[in-house]
Amino acid sequence: MRPEQQGVEVAVLVSVGRHPITGRARRADQDARGLELALGLERQLPGSRVRLLHAGPRGEESEAALRGYLGMGLDTLTLLEQAEGSDAIPALAEHLAAAPPQLVITGARAERGEGSGLLPYALAERLGWPLVNGLAAVEKVENGVATVLQALPRGQRRRLEVRLPAIVSVDGAAPEARQSAFGPARRAELEATPVVAEPDQELAQWQLSPARKRPKRLKIVKAASARDRFKAAAAKAEGGSGQVLEGVSAEQGAEAILKLIEAEGVLR
Amino acid sequence: MLETLLPILIFAALGLAVIGAWRRIRLWRQGRPAEVDLLRGLVAMPRRYLVDLHHVVGRDKVMSNTHVATAGGFVAAAVLMILVHGLGLGSPEVLGGLLGWLLLAASAVMFVGSLLVAKRRLNPPARLSRGPWMRLPKSLMAFSLSVFLITLTTVGVLPQDAGSWVLALILAAVLVWGLGEMVFGMTWGGPMKHAFAGALHLAFHRRAERFGGGRSTGLKALDLDDPDAKLGVETPSDFTWNQLLGFDACVQCGRCEAVCPAFAAGQPLNPKKLIQDMVVGLAGGSDAGYAGSPYPGKPVGEHFGSPHGPIVAREGKALVDDETLWSCTTCRACVEECPMMIEHVDAIVDMRRFLTLEHGNTPNKGAEVLDNLIATDNPGGFDPGSRLHWAADLNLPLMADVKQADVLLWLGDGAFDMRNQRTLRSLVKILRAAEVDFAVLGVEERDSGDVARRLGDEATFQSLARRNIATLAKYRFQRIVTCDPHSFHVLGNEYGELGGQYEVLHHSTFIAELYDAGRLAFAPWKGGSVTYHDPCYLGRYNGEYEAPRNVLKALGIEVKEMERSGFRSRCCGGGGGAPITDIPGERRIPDMRMNDVRETGAELVAVGCPQCTAMLEGVVDASAEVRDIAELVADALVANTQMEKPAAGAPPRSADKTTAEEVS
Repeated sequence: MRPEQQGVEVAVLVSVGRHPITGRARRADQDARGLELALGLERQLPGSRVRLLHAGPRGEESEAALRGYLGMGLDTLTLLEQAEGSDAIPALAEHLAAAPPQLVITGARAERGEGSGLLPYALAERLGWPLVNGLAAVEKVENGVATVLQALPRGQRRRLEVRLPAIVSVDGAAPEARQSAFGPARRAELEATPVVAEPDQELAQWQLSPARKRPKRLKIVKAASARDRFKAAAAKAEGGSGQVLEGVSAEQGAEAILKLIEAEGVLR
Repeated sequence: MLETLLPILIFAALGLAVIGAWRRIRLWRQGRPAEVDLLRGLVAMPRRYLVDLHHVVGRDKVMSNTHVATAGGFVAAAVLMILVHGLGLGSPEVLGGLLGWLLLAASAVMFVGSLLVAKRRLNPPARLSRGPWMRLPKSLMAFSLSVFLITLTTVGVLPQDAGSWVLALILAAVLVWGLGEMVFGMTWGGPMKHAFAGALHLAFHRRAERFGGGRSTGLKALDLDDPDAKLGVETPSDFTWNQLLGFDACVQCGRCEAVCPAFAAGQPLNPKKLIQDMVVGLAGGSDAGYAGSPYPGKPVGEHFGSPHGPIVAREGKALVDDETLWSCTTCRACVEECPMMIEHVDAIVDMRRFLTLEHGNTPNKGAEVLDNLIATDNPGGFDPGSRLHWAADLNLPLMADVKQADVLLWLGDGAFDMRNQRTLRSLVKILRAAEVDFAVLGVEERDSGDVARRLGDEATFQSLARRNIATLAKYRFQRIVTCDPHSFHVLGNEYGELGGQYEVLHHSTFIAELYDAGRLAFAPWKGGSVTYHDPCYLGRYNGEYEAPRNVLKALGIEVKEMERSGFRSRCCGGGGGAPITDIPGERRIPDMRMNDVRETGAELVAVGCPQCTAMLEGVVDASAEVRDIAELVADALVANTQMEKPAAGAPPRSADKTTAEEVS
């Protein structure tokens, strides 16, 4: 018995995913992992409550995808209903601020729409809450402080303490989502609340075109021996040409970043 | 003294039996309602018992004769005993004492039968249950012998006052034992329960089509229309009442256990125990009283259940562990062997449906495969647009272009598997050689839903099936030909309930037909000895044992049969999603099957199923090569002299167009 551990209020933000091959709507992989993390937390800390939140239009396809999350064992999902092309962030921020949970879990990046991965950051900024990205596990929650494991490249983990309420985002390092069961998914309720749709002005001005395949950086291994090849395969990325900027102004930093991405051919 | 005692004993036993019957019927009625024509079933019951059931029992001649003598003798003796000793109609004044003499004969026959039963129980095979079943021959003897001796005085062979009252009392005591087992025990849960429940089970069987030589193997659709209904079977009372009745009919003969591939592989499944566990569940209690072989690796006495309690617990133990249910390959060998015609596979799939649709608990790769089926319409998660990549150079006619053809070639998910693509290419070569007017759906084809359904995901099955049916409705064709017996079964036997009626042929059947019509000619067989492995979904599910053998014969191959072939063929381990759920055992099922092949000394095993090919070819250090029948046929093809017509130079398609138009 650990009396100091109390249940936490968790809100999981879920989106309508897109299957990478067929493009069919589905529960998004990262968001489902986020929910899995939340359900694990619910089990670990009795008295916890998990709620699901989605902002977007209601349609047959999206409803089927959202029910995919409900099939993991929840009774309701709160749907902040807004027209297609509306900005989800104000609606979500308003809803979360009205009844603040202690922990908000999101996927790192949506599978359709902009998919910029900026939502957790924008939300954290609006709410003024700390954000931890790339979460692998929540170890414990004590006295309003959560001890979490953050996933770093190559299987490394970093233990962090974060004061609640906080926003955390998960990616492929989080536990794999459980199977979604058809029966509970069908029976669960979508609680739709129409919200003031704030059309995403910026998005409307964007020009959308199919993605180009990203150029892949060639890995040149100049290895003379098997030992070198092994080292090249197993060693940490050394980032030899990297550059640490310290004590520079925002303009200088932005200029450096711009220079780099131009050099890499990301921007032309 | 016996004259007054006997009627009391007989009618007391009958009275208790009626009470027991009522209690037992109440247990069955806990189940869900089922659509059964009660009256018609009862009328058909004697024929089902004497013909259909006897046909199955008759596979074991000794046991069949034993049962005819014992059961026939008992039924006759019981009826006559009520007339003679219960109602006193045995005296020489009534029909000259004929009834008494008949009763003597009946009890004598029954006694002979009981001796045979006793002999079998001297050193019983492992598949037989012991426990109360070991006392059954003694009880049979007690009944038949006491009735015989008592009747001797009735017919006057022995004087009325023969022996002392002590002897009479002893005789009466033995009769009480016999009556207790045979009449009272029949409805209060003794071994003789099988007679009472079995007779009603035959009358109210959930697949009445199976009787009279019919075949009924397609799974029954789950009603998905009511969103509030529980899907599948969670507790014993979620079975339909006639399923519960069927479980209660089990005689624990263990024929299912003897043929079950999962049991032989040491996976935690024993069909007999499963049925007995359901009986435990319907009455409530623990499985400690079970006296047969346990599930391999699972001791008896640790599981318990009740009619309204869960069969599979989310955590911990209940009536059955989920691994037991997922070990089944749905090969239907148990159903084929069961002399009581119990439907094991239906029950297993019913319970799997609950685990998948309500718990979301399909083990191992199950969830991934189901997600793939939902998102990409094939279990491997391949791009559905790549379904025809293997045939890029074959220029296959697409239904979308031609709109109609004699034959629709159903590719199945083997189209994504490089091994099966060789079979498909061979099949196309054969169809072209025989100038068959065929077309494929190409990228419009989806998985048939076989795996989804057998993994319990009825929702995905129905979704796939309905979309396939809608696609098929767009085109005109006479028949569907496929090299995948699973698609064959599902399209032919399971789409009907959802509105898709098709004539489906397995490629071996179609090739045999083409050969018989003189449209194919083969070079003589030069290879070594060959055996043939019957796929479950072709043989037991669809009764096609002959066509593949006829094709092999036409190729000039003499099949060296395995000991277990035809309707007793042993599963390859690839059905029912078993390779996906992958429950560990002590051995692998395909290894055992390749050992069967090795025992024949064959150098090649002919198969007719992509699953069997994959499973058998995956066996390490096998003694035989694995070839699909289509590959053997394609390799042996030679130019057909019969078919060379004057218009040989014209493209074959134009000739076939006319046939297609005649069809429409």
